[in-house]
Amino acid sequence: MRARLAIVTAAALLIAACAEPNASGTPQIKDINVFAASSLTDAFTQAGDGFAKTNFRVRFVFNFGSSSTLATQITNGAPADIFASADETNMQKTVDAKLADGTPTVFATNRLAIAVAPGNPKKIRSLADLARTDLLLVLAAPTVPAGRYALDALSKAGVTARPASQEVDVRAVLNKVSLGEADAGIVYVTDVKSAAGRVSGVDIPEEHQVLARYPIAVVKGSKNAQLAHGFVDYLLSPAAQGMLAELGFSKP
Amino acid sequence: MRSERPPVLFVVLAAVGVAFFVLPLIGLLSRAPWETALGDLFSPEALTALRLSFVVSIAATALAVLLGIPLAWVYARVPFRGRDVVRALTTLPMILPPVVGGVALLFAFGRRGLFGQALDAIGIHLPFTTAGAVLAATFVAMPFFVLTVEAGLRSMDRRYEDAARTLGAGRWLVFRRVTLPLIGPSIFAGAVLCWARALGEFGATITFAGNLPGTTQTLPLAVYIALETRPEVAIMLSLVLLAVSLVILIAMRDRYLRAF
Repeated sequence: MRARLAIVTAAALLIAACAEPNASGTPQIKDINVFAASSLTDAFTQAGDGFAKTNFRVRFVFNFGSSSTLATQITNGAPADIFASADETNMQKTVDAKLADGTPTVFATNRLAIAVAPGNPKKIRSLADLARTDLLLVLAAPTVPAGRYALDALSKAGVTARPASQEVDVRAVLNKVSLGEADAGIVYVTDVKSAAGRVSGVDIPEEHQVLARYPIAVVKGSKNAQLAHGFVDYLLSPAAQGMLAELGFSKP
Repeated sequence: MRSERPPVLFVVLAAVGVAFFVLPLIGLLSRAPWETALGDLFSPEALTALRLSFVVSIAATALAVLLGIPLAWVYARVPFRGRDVVRALTTLPMILPPVVGGVALLFAFGRRGLFGQALDAIGIHLPFTTAGAVLAATFVAMPFFVLTVEAGLRSMDRRYEDAARTLGAGRWLVFRRVTLPLIGPSIFAGAVLCWARALGEFGATITFAGNLPGTTQTLPLAVYIALETRPEVAIMLSLVLLAVSLVILIAMRDRYLRAF
């Protein structure tokens, strides 16, 4: 008898947990799952706050990581409403898997910079300096956009650099430099800006630059597609574009 | 062993429990690229990671044995004040998230770390080196060795040591010829568990030692990186880790249950 009661209770709990919450008419806060490249951490946190100001019924749940990890998660069925990639290759994976709702829109671009310790004590002036043997250089892994862009820039400059580590995403590269474990790392201009003094940036000249394009798309099957499309539109609005420019992003 | 008819509820919940662990394994197996399995397993990137993992996990185990036997002996034989606290501190990595361990190692032995600056001054660099990967693996794996050996020391019959001493053997001789052979099985079991844990180490390694093929990219790191570009290699490497772990757990089942 007891056992049966326990089974019934467990089953009831299970059903309750699975059921759609809030069937009553009270205003309901909707969660929007945003999968975004780690270089968008600050930008999207701010954009989420900005969007929520005009729309009180929304709460953003961010999953920041390398674009390649996020694309893998989405194509394996992760419940994303929005995907913002730091490159077009990983966005294309989502499109190829027929998981993009509509055509992805490029909403921002980014450029590369060399992150060094504050004040640049090792006097790093150019990409060519990164080949110096007295430097500890870290890059993002070649499997993630920032790592591939970094290799592109180095090859444009004709530099063969030997990184001490290939980090899992660009924020990990930034952390290694800001912690002082590495002397230099190739990151985005926006990362240097967001580190706010914990690292200094060394410019990369135009002829060696690589332009990172950030496409965004609503993921097919999203339960909140309308709100998700609203957020994409918001990112293209003057207000959001101004905020992105302030963080160091360039126009699409 | 007495066998009894289990209550239905227990059978159902136990089955759910088993399914929870077995289904992910089936998922992994179902995606395994059997046609190209050998090619993927012996691809250069896989071989590099396999070789490095072997070196790192063996070195970590050796370090754990060297430091762990004396430590276990102290815990089992010397009733000093605060022993429980010290033991808890050295057991912490077993339940601490490994990434936290990695961060802590960085703040201690990193280039800017509390002790890392001194190490740097004498030319020892740990982050981004294989030595750093060994350290990270030892940090998370050694508690398994120490606890197993301490349990062995506590359960052994000390009258053998007394007998040896009455026959004139010195402390070192007694330890070498009586104690060590008696706790031999515990040392072996502890070392195997420690090695298996070191082999699977991910979080502390990637945080403290970074990720570079051939230097710090061990098997679990290679799995993580390959998952995005060459999932078939990632799956084959996962299966290697899985098979090794399974064999060890089955072979060590009695030890494992007794030690903890």
